[in-house]
Amino acid sequence: MRVGGLRRDWGRRLVLAVPYLWLLVFFLAPLLIVGKISFSESRIGIPPYEPLVDWAENGIAMVRATLQNYVLLFEDDLYVDAYIQSLTIAGISTLLCLLIGYPMALGIARAPEKSRGPLLLLVIVPFWTSFLIRVYAWMTILRDEGVLNHALMGLGLIDEPLVILNTDWAVYIGIVYSYLPFMVLPLYATLEKLDTTLLEAAADLGARPIRAFVSVTLPLSVPGIVAGSLLVFVPAVGEYVIPNLLGGGDTQMLGKALWDVFAQTRDWPSAAALAVAMLVALVIPIALFQRIQTRMEEGRER
Amino acid sequence: MRRSVSLLSAMVFGYAFLYAPIVLLMVYSFNASREVSVWGGFSTKWYGELLDNDAYLNAAWLSLKIAATSATGALVLGTLAALVLVRFGRFSGRLLFNGLITAPLVMPEVILGLAMLLLFVALEDLIGWPDGRGFTTIAIAHTTVGMAYATVVVRSRLAQMDVSLEEAAMDLGARPAKVFFLITLPVIAPSLAAAWLLAFTLSLDDVVVAQFVSGPGSTTLPIEVFSSVRLGVSPQVNALGTIIVVVVAVIIGMATWLTSRKQRSQP
Repeated sequence: MRVGGLRRDWGRRLVLAVPYLWLLVFFLAPLLIVGKISFSESRIGIPPYEPLVDWAENGIAMVRATLQNYVLLFEDDLYVDAYIQSLTIAGISTLLCLLIGYPMALGIARAPEKSRGPLLLLVIVPFWTSFLIRVYAWMTILRDEGVLNHALMGLGLIDEPLVILNTDWAVYIGIVYSYLPFMVLPLYATLEKLDTTLLEAAADLGARPIRAFVSVTLPLSVPGIVAGSLLVFVPAVGEYVIPNLLGGGDTQMLGKALWDVFAQTRDWPSAAALAVAMLVALVIPIALFQRIQTRMEEGRER
Repeated sequence: MRRSVSLLSAMVFGYAFLYAPIVLLMVYSFNASREVSVWGGFSTKWYGELLDNDAYLNAAWLSLKIAATSATGALVLGTLAALVLVRFGRFSGRLLFNGLITAPLVMPEVILGLAMLLLFVALEDLIGWPDGRGFTTIAIAHTTVGMAYATVVVRSRLAQMDVSLEEAAMDLGARPAKVFFLITLPVIAPSLAAAWLLAFTLSLDDVVVAQFVSGPGSTTLPIEVFSSVRLGVSPQVNALGTIIVVVVAVIIGMATWLTSRKQRSQP
């Protein structure tokens, strides 16, 4: 699909160079700097880290790299705990998203063609409204004297308010709620393309609906499941706002820990090491996502 | 099998889950009582207080300026990136380019924020720019994130586009730039509008990246809201949220109406 005249043109080079340079300077370089500073020694001052390379007067470079920041991550129980909790909370939330999102996506894909558009739009609309405000809305619902407890006590179902806000439960609810559209959309995209004659064939051969679902629909929707799960899992691991507003004192997640080290302790090298550690946990899911994304895009471009 | 009862009830639950918090937020913004979740009669006083709150108004104005700037930058860069990916075929460095443009979509915000801040500190140390942190640094960071999303939107539209129109114009001797502005741009215009709006919304909504790269005196609306709701619920935030939801609903409604009318007039 090449447009002939564009080739070897200086205009073509410009079209390529502008976004490429932007990404190199404002995306790749920052990540490399994070890597570099994670090996620097921390100090009190501005900026709060020692230069990695010192030029002595006689022109000899002194490299002062340290692994101290990484050692600290393993020695401090707080960080180990945050690492494990982040992965667990993100994993459970992803699973819950899948449980709620799959039937929704399937329902939309099986709906009459005319109503699919509006149904899909209804899933996307909340995503366009403020994320922060929607998380805040859950604060007003889940509080001890919040809407939910009022309703449950009014109905006589409970005598004392349920403590949900500032617990891990509230964090699960917040993440599932915020990222549900990211799960539904890729699932819908694969389920909608699914060839319904396969299901009819399964039915003709005597398979019950459940059996047909397990052996036809489910396997064919795996790409959507993987894409949706990654779109939920990866940002959830680094989530900062939700554990801050909905979580409790013992909800430690990496995103929150990173901000605290950065802003309160002002230990930038440790914050950088924490970011690298987080990236290490996410490198495989991110690479997987990129492969799926590229394959889907290039399939469309061919 | 079609539309079974269990599937239908799962959908009802899903949509109720998505919309109940938003509806409750809006209802309680008209609550006279300061206790956000106890009904104390109808009142619009929180809207009045919100409009008198200079901290919120200044932050909102700064956020709108940053969002408009970064969305425009993201649209230009994203459109160029989409052109490169869809129309340039293979070139050396394509793999890296593709990786760099999709990575921000899945990069945790705290990492992006920290990375951008460290870059700005290093740059300032090296060349004296940017002088301090504020509008410019937030706008640059948001442009990078918005660009990745804009690319996805424009890219999928470009990929579906019929290239024969462009080829015909080329055959008739039009230069590539002219073809782009006269043929390609009008065809992909709706996706450009969607990409701009998406980048605008993301910028207007971001608290994490902005918190890293903002300086004293450059508090955006989400930072202001975040720091006030951290201390507890506040009826003014309910009023603000209601305004945002209504504005978004009106824009989406208008966009849907416009596209459906256009589709009807083009059989």
